[in-house]
Amino acid sequence: MERRRFLSKFMSIAASATVVSGFFKRAVARTDGYDPKGHYYGMGIQIDKCIGCGKCVEACKEENNVPKEPFFFRTWVERYVIKKDGETSVQNTDMRIERSNEVFTERDILRSFFVPKLCNQCDNPPCVQVCPVGATFKTEDGVILVDDERCVGCRYCIQACPYGARYLHPERETADKCTFCYHRITKGMLPACVEVCPSQARIFGDVKSSASPLGRFKRMNKLHVLKPSLNTEPKVSYSGLDGEVR
Amino acid sequence: MNSPLTEKLFDLLKQVTGYIYPNEIEVHWGILVVVYPYLTGLVAGAFILASLVKVFNVKEVQPAYRLAMLTALSFLLIAPLPLLLHLGHPVRSYEIFLNPNFTSAMAMFGFVYAWYLMVVLILEIWFTYRKDLIVWSQGETGLMRWVHRAVALYSTDISDKAVEFDKKMVKGITIIGIPSAFLLHGYVGFIFGSIKANPWWSSVLMPIVFLFSAIVSGIALVLFLYMVITPLRKEKIDIKCVDKMASFLFYAVIVDFSLEFLDFIHRLYESEESINILSDLVMNKLFISLGVLQVLLGMLLPLGMMVAIRLFKFEEELRKLLYFVSAILIQIGIFATRWNVVIGGQMFSKSFRGLTAYKMDIGGMEGFLMTLVLLSLPFIVLSILIKVLPPWEKPAKGTTEGGTMERSVIG
Repeated sequence: MERRRFLSKFMSIAASATVVSGFFKRAVARTDGYDPKGHYYGMGIQIDKCIGCGKCVEACKEENNVPKEPFFFRTWVERYVIKKDGETSVQNTDMRIERSNEVFTERDILRSFFVPKLCNQCDNPPCVQVCPVGATFKTEDGVILVDDERCVGCRYCIQACPYGARYLHPERETADKCTFCYHRITKGMLPACVEVCPSQARIFGDVKSSASPLGRFKRMNKLHVLKPSLNTEPKVSYSGLDGEVR
Repeated sequence: MNSPLTEKLFDLLKQVTGYIYPNEIEVHWGILVVVYPYLTGLVAGAFILASLVKVFNVKEVQPAYRLAMLTALSFLLIAPLPLLLHLGHPVRSYEIFLNPNFTSAMAMFGFVYAWYLMVVLILEIWFTYRKDLIVWSQGETGLMRWVHRAVALYSTDISDKAVEFDKKMVKGITIIGIPSAFLLHGYVGFIFGSIKANPWWSSVLMPIVFLFSAIVSGIALVLFLYMVITPLRKEKIDIKCVDKMASFLFYAVIVDFSLEFLDFIHRLYESEESINILSDLVMNKLFISLGVLQVLLGMLLPLGMMVAIRLFKFEEELRKLLYFVSAILIQIGIFATRWNVVIGGQMFSKSFRGLTAYKMDIGGMEGFLMTLVLLSLPFIVLSILIKVLPPWEKPAKGTTEGGTMERSVIG
C-alpha cells in the first residue's frame, strides 16, 4: 500500500508540473504599433557591387552594440582572392585583425571579390530547431530573433548555425546575431548595414513584393544562396556568387 | 576594454591556420561539455552491466551488481553539474523543464534524465535494498538506524510475499531500464549527430557509437572499482566475476571499434566536401588525442591484451593485472573519445578553410581544476552511498551461503 501511495504521489507531481508548464508562453518580439502580417523580409547582396569598405560592419556594431573586438560580428565582409595556380585565399576585411602580409601581384590573381556575410534568416532555421528553451524563434515576418531574457546560454544554436552567424555576447552571456535591425525595420527604416552601404551592394525588402528594389534585384539577376544542400532555405540571396564561397 | 576573454581570443587568433569565420574563434563547448557525455556514458554502461545480472541471469557478475547500480547512481547525480556550470545563465536552467522546445534534442534532457533517475535507478536500487534496509535497521542503533529506516521509507514488511514482490519489481524495472539506458546515452549522441552544420558530428551512427563506447567505459569502470575496493575490504577478488566482466568488456570493445572503424571508412570512401578539412583536423589537431590516446592506447592495446588472455592461459594474477591495466587504458581512451567529438568538432571552420585552437584554462569555471573536481565528485558520492547502502556487508538474517551475500539476499 505504502509503495502504491508513494508511486501515485510521484505521478501526480509529475503531471501537475506538466500542466503548469503549459501556462508559460513562447517568446515573442516586442514591437509597438507594428503589424508583422503582410511582411516577409529578405536581403539581396550583389557581390559585384561590394567594394569591401567595411562600413556595414562598423554601422552594425554601432547600431546594435556589438562588442568592438574582432571576434563578435553580426555581419562581416570576406575578401576572396583566387590565384591562377588555383589556390584560394580568404580573409576577413576587418581592420582590427592583424593579417598576414601576403601580397598578391596582379599577375598571380585570377579573380578577386568581396562577400558580405550575415545571418541568412533561414526559412528552415536549424538554430530555432535546436534551442532547448525556445529563446530563438522566427517572427511572423520571417526574422530570426533571440529573446535574451530567456536564453540560457547553452550555445547549441551557435553549433547548429552552418554560417557562423552567431556568437555568445560576452557581457550578456546570451546568444546574439543579426536581426535585420528589427527595431528599425518595424519602424519602416532600413537595416543599418543597408543604409550605409555606399555602393548599394545590399538590398533589403519584402521577399513577396515585386515592385521594390528587392523584387527588381530578384528579377534581374541569377541568384544563389549559401550552402543550399543543407536545406536551410536562406532569405539572404546573392547575385554573382562564386563557387569558392562557403 | 580588454577582458580576459578577448585577450585569450587575441592569443588564439595567432594559432589559427587558414580562414575561419570570425565568430568561430571562441570554442563554445569546452572541457565541461567533454565531461558531461563521459559521465552519462559511465552511468549507462554501469547500468547495462548490472542489468546483465537481472535480465540475462549472468550469475558470475552478481558480486558486482550492487556496486554497478550505486556507481550508476552516483555518476548520474553529478552528470548534470558540468552542463549547469557551463551555461551562460545557470539560474535560468529551469526553463528547460518549464518551457521545453519540443524540436530540440537538448530540451529532452529534463525528461530523459528525470525518467532515468526517478523511474529507473532510484526505484531499482530501492527495491533491491528494501529488505536489507529493514533488517539492518533492526539490528542498529543511533543515526544509521534512522537513516536506514528513512531510506526504506519506513516500510517494515519483510514477509516472503513482499520480498517476492521486490524481486519482481527489480526485474521489471531492469527490463524498462535497458532501453532507458540506451535512450539516455543514445540521446546524448543524437545531440551531436543531428547537427547537419557540422560534418564531424553529423552522422547517423553517432548515437550508436556513443552507446557502445558508453557500455565499454561503464563496464571498465565497474571492473576497476571492483578490483580496487575488494582488496581494500581485505576480501578476495572473485576471479570468475572479473573474467566475466572482462569478457563482456572484450565484446563491447570489439563492437565499439567496428562501429568507429565503419564510420571512418564511410567518411573516407564518400569523400564529401568536408573530407580535406577533416583530414587536416585528424592529422594536426587530433593526432595525439585520437590516433594515440583513443585508438592506440585506449582501444588497440587493451584489445590486444584481452585477445592475449583468451589465446594463452595466463595465470590468475597476470590476468588480473592485465584486466586492471586495460580498464584504466579504456577510461583514458573513452575520455579521449569524448574530447575528440566535442572539442574536435569545433577545431575546424564551417567554411572548411581553416583550423582553430583550444586552450584549456587551469583555474576558473571551465578550467582543468574544475574538471578534476567534477571527475572526482562521483567517487565521493559513491563512497557515501557505499557507507549508507553497503553493497556487500552484513548479510541479512537467515542466509547461509558462505560466498558473497548478494546471492542470498537478492539473487
